[in-house]
Amino acid sequence: MSRMRTDTFTVNGERREVAYPAHHTLLEVLREELALTGTKHGCDLGECGTCTVLVNGEPILACLAMAADMAGKSIETVEGLATGPVLHPLQRCFADMGAAQCGYCTPGMLMSAKALLAENAAPSEDEVRSALAGNLCRCTGYQQIVEAVRAAGSELKTQGCGAKGAASHG
Amino acid sequence: MLRLPELDFLSPSTIEEALQMLADDPSGTRVLAGGTDLVPNLKRRHQHARRLVSLGRLASLRGVSGDPAHGLRVGAMTTLRSILKNEVLEQHWPGLIAAVRSISSPVLQSMGTIGGNLCLDTRCTYYNQTEEWRSAIGYCMKEAGDTCWVAPSSSRCWAIAASDAAPLLCAIGARVRLASTRGERELAVEALLCDDGIAYLSKAPDEVLTDVLLPPAGTWKATYWKLRRRGSIDFPVLGVGTALRVGKNGVVEDVRIFLGAVASAPVRALAAESILQGHILDETTLVSAGKAAQEVATALDNTDFTMTWRRQMIPHYVAGTLRELADLPRVGLLGADGLEC
Repeated sequence: MSRMRTDTFTVNGERREVAYPAHHTLLEVLREELALTGTKHGCDLGECGTCTVLVNGEPILACLAMAADMAGKSIETVEGLATGPVLHPLQRCFADMGAAQCGYCTPGMLMSAKALLAENAAPSEDEVRSALAGNLCRCTGYQQIVEAVRAAGSELKTQGCGAKGAASHG
Repeated sequence: MLRLPELDFLSPSTIEEALQMLADDPSGTRVLAGGTDLVPNLKRRHQHARRLVSLGRLASLRGVSGDPAHGLRVGAMTTLRSILKNEVLEQHWPGLIAAVRSISSPVLQSMGTIGGNLCLDTRCTYYNQTEEWRSAIGYCMKEAGDTCWVAPSSSRCWAIAASDAAPLLCAIGARVRLASTRGERELAVEALLCDDGIAYLSKAPDEVLTDVLLPPAGTWKATYWKLRRRGSIDFPVLGVGTALRVGKNGVVEDVRIFLGAVASAPVRALAAESILQGHILDETTLVSAGKAAQEVATALDNTDFTMTWRRQMIPHYVAGTLRELADLPRVGLLGADGLEC
C-alpha cells in the first residue's frame, strides 16, 4: 500500500502544498490534485510527448517523472504561458498560423518549443525539428508547427525576451 | 490511465543512506535514476518493485570531473542533456557525444542519465508489449512465462541490449564504479553487461552504479553509428561503437569494435579487429572486416525490421564507422534513417 506524501510544488510560480499517493507521477499530481489539465495525458509511457512540462527550464515528460522527485523544483505548464488574457507569442503564432489541428499535442509542443527558444531564439528549421522530435502530432501538421515556432522566436527576439545566449541546439 | 503499482518512494540525501535503503530490501527495491526506462516498465508490469530509491537528490553523482590527460569521471546521474552540453567531453571523447545524441529524443535526454542508459533493461518484441498482449501468449521467459518466443526451444532469453552508450563505452575501454554497503568495486563496462536477456547486469541488486570512468583519449578516436526506423526516439536495431588508433603511416595500430542490439550485451567483433590490425584501411580491408563483424551477430526475430536485413547492414555500419574515423570518403549507401555509410 502506497503511503501518502505531502510536498510543496512550485507550479507556474505558485507554491502549492499537495497530499498525494507516493506512487503518483507528476502528470497525475498536475491533473488530478492540482486540476491543471492543460498538460495532456497521452501514451503514459514516454513515447508521445504531449505531457511535456518544463522543470527548472528543461523539458521533461510528466508521465515518467515521479512527483516526489519534482518537489521543490520550478515546474512550468502550458497554463503558465499566457499573462492574464495576453497569449504568449508561441501560443499566438500557433493560433494564427494554423499550427494546432486537434490540439492534443499542442501543450507539449509549446513547452518543448519554449525551452528551445530560451536557448536559441532564431533556430533553423532543422533545429526546430530536432528539438521537437520527441513530440508527436498525429494530425501530422508539423510544417505549420515548425513555422510557428520560428515566427514566435522572431517575435520574442524583437521583444528582447528570447534567447539567453546564442547556444547551439540540436 | 496506465498507473504505477502502489509502492513506497524513498528519497535519500546521501549515497550512504541510499545504499543502506537498498541493503534493507534488495529484492524488493529498485534504484530510480531518470525513470525513462524503469517507470514505463513498472507501468506495464515488466518490472516490479515494492520500493523505489530515488537518486535524484544526490548531487555528488552528477557532473563531469577529472583531468582529461588522466581520465574523466562522469557521475552516473549526469543527464544525457548535460553530457551533450559538456565542452570537455566534446573535445576529448566526441564519440561519446555522438552515442548520447543518438539516444531517444531531446525531451528524454533531459531526464535520462548515463548510468541509467548503461543499466537499460533488455528489449524484445515479445516482452515490450502491454500486459494484455503478453498475457494472451502466456507471457515469456523474461517475465512470468516459461518460453522464449524468439527461440521456443531455447533454454535462455534472447532479449537484446538496447543501450546506445554501452557499445561506445566498451569500445573505448571505459569502466564503472559500483557501490554498496559492502564497499566499492570497479569493473570494465564490458564486464558489467552480460549476454543474458534476463540477468543482463553483473551489478548485484544492492549495488548502485555511481560513476562512469573514461580513459584518457590520447591518440584514440571513437564514434558510434546507430540503425533505427526513425531519426529520433527509437531504440537501436543495430549500434556500432568503434575506437581506432592509426599511426602516422596510415597503419591501424589498435582497434576495438562492439556491436549493440545484436545480442543481450554488446558483442566484440574480435575477428574484424584482427583483420584491421597492422593494415592500412583500404576498401578490401574494410569489406573483409565488415563481413567478419557480421559473423558475431546472432540473427533473431526479436526487434524491429527483418533479422536478415539487420544483419546485412552490419558490414556497412562497421565500415562506415571506420571510414569516418579515418577521414575516408563515404560510399553513399543510405541506412534506414538516411545516414550515409
